[in-house]
Amino acid sequence: MGIISRGFGGRRRESVPGLPPGQYLTHDFPVLSAGPTPRIPLDRWRFTVTTETGEKTSWDWKEFQALPAEDVTVDIHCVTKWSKLGTTWRGVSIETLLENVDTVAEYSMVHSFGGYTTNVPLEDLLDGKAWIAYQFDGEDLHPEHGGPARLLIPHLYFWKSAKWVNGLQLMPEDEPGFWEAAGYHMYGDPWREQRYQGD
Amino acid sequence: MARTAVSGRLTWRAATLAEARWESPTARTLVLDVPDWPGHLPGQHIDVRLTAEDGYRAQRSYSIASAWQPGGKVELTIQRLDDGEVSPYLTDVIEVGEQLELRGPVGGWFVWRPQQTAPVLLVAGGSGLVPLMAMVRARAVAGTRQPFRLIYSVRTPEDLLYGDELRRRVREDQGLDVHHVYTRKTPDGWPSPAKRIDVAALNTYGWPPDFGPDCYVCGPTTFVETAADILVALGHDPRRIRTERFGGTS
Amino acid sequence: MTSTPLDGSSTAGGGLPLDGNAMAGDLREIFAVDVTAARYVCAGCTHTDAVGTLMVWPHSPGLVARCPHCSDVVIRVVRAPGRVFLDLRGSVRLEVPLEGG
Repeated sequence: MGIISRGFGGRRRESVPGLPPGQYLTHDFPVLSAGPTPRIPLDRWRFTVTTETGEKTSWDWKEFQALPAEDVTVDIHCVTKWSKLGTTWRGVSIETLLENVDTVAEYSMVHSFGGYTTNVPLEDLLDGKAWIAYQFDGEDLHPEHGGPARLLIPHLYFWKSAKWVNGLQLMPEDEPGFWEAAGYHMYGDPWREQRYQGD
Repeated sequence: MARTAVSGRLTWRAATLAEARWESPTARTLVLDVPDWPGHLPGQHIDVRLTAEDGYRAQRSYSIASAWQPGGKVELTIQRLDDGEVSPYLTDVIEVGEQLELRGPVGGWFVWRPQQTAPVLLVAGGSGLVPLMAMVRARAVAGTRQPFRLIYSVRTPEDLLYGDELRRRVREDQGLDVHHVYTRKTPDGWPSPAKRIDVAALNTYGWPPDFGPDCYVCGPTTFVETAADILVALGHDPRRIRTERFGGTS
Repeated sequence: MTSTPLDGSSTAGGGLPLDGNAMAGDLREIFAVDVTAARYVCAGCTHTDAVGTLMVWPHSPGLVARCPHCSDVVIRVVRAPGRVFLDLRGSVRLEVPLEGG
């Protein structure tokens, strides 16, 4: 059915060249949540990498803050069609976290406080392509945006940038996470518009 | 009516704005002409879909305000949220004669059926009154006598929806009582200061739990949780408390 | 009045949940009966109640319905152009009332 509502503009959006297909530019920072926002006291925060053999490496907040951090400016693309350009973050690269981790795994599952999961091929986390970010726009990351710390993996749709992260499980085989099991794409490349399974 | 309202899968259909009226400075009732409308139950809602000229779409749910009568129209009351995406279009832009797409009626849980014999307590927060008003109107249409009590929490007297109609119905619809709670500003001469809904209001103006009333609570999420918690604490059976939360997102 | 973006198109905030009523339209496009009046049994805690009582996060980017008793996910709905994914693994069963039954 094709009823066009004249005078309905919708939320302010711009379709600008250079964005991935089907994306609009937004200047807000929309919040998408699949459940209650967890409030994680920093003294109970811990991030754990678990290899395919079950070996664990973990950092508490203090140890994590002592790791070398990077400031990055990236564009982010949400599967609900908004993109936000030039966002600035501070965080620790996954490369740094995996420096002394012995693995031959090719896949990973990112875990969060609250039970959220998302799967990412390991090579997509390395080479300065992904970070555990704890500052946004020069400020501590707000809980509704994933604080104390979230994954930042800007070259994939933003549902892969899991909020409230607490762990990375390395896996020999790919497995679907929370949204991937419910119909979203296993990989989620915005430039190939991989929104849903089969795209 | 109930049968046609719940059978068959749903698709989008065109509706034409037949009439519109302001209920408050920020809330407008849209009277929609929907060909072959199957009828609806009070408490049900519809989904509205708008398409911009560039193909952008937005979708929202709105409770139906009117009681169904054969050949009748479908009324929605839209509260404008100034930074909203859809509501300002529906309150201030769409003109009589124009069309929009809708899908419905939907929802079979937060509904009142005239066959229900228990007394009814309606607890409304702000524009959460809309589906409860549909119940008040449906009771009158059905000509039934279950006693209804409505507790309506609203910010200021200017925000009241359906003020004249509710006053008239309290006089004319036997067995309907209405109590207002003002949370920011009261009318002149109001006996109590502005306050949020509380145990005293629900205890005094609701039904005793022994009467086994069916309770319907609708409003913003925090309002609904507060009111439902109080009702349970007062001894109401949680299975007889039905709630509808709305996010008030736009 | 409810005001619920069901298609994830909204850029509005997503903090507080709605309830199962907010899924009625999307589910009625799939099923021939109203599912909000159906009773679910939560796979996590075996709590049972009407689907209308579930806590729903509608913009997340799909729609997530959680058990109000244990907050486990009971239903997930993902809409794609021309298709809908419905994930019911959090529900042991649905008991659907039929009119005139």
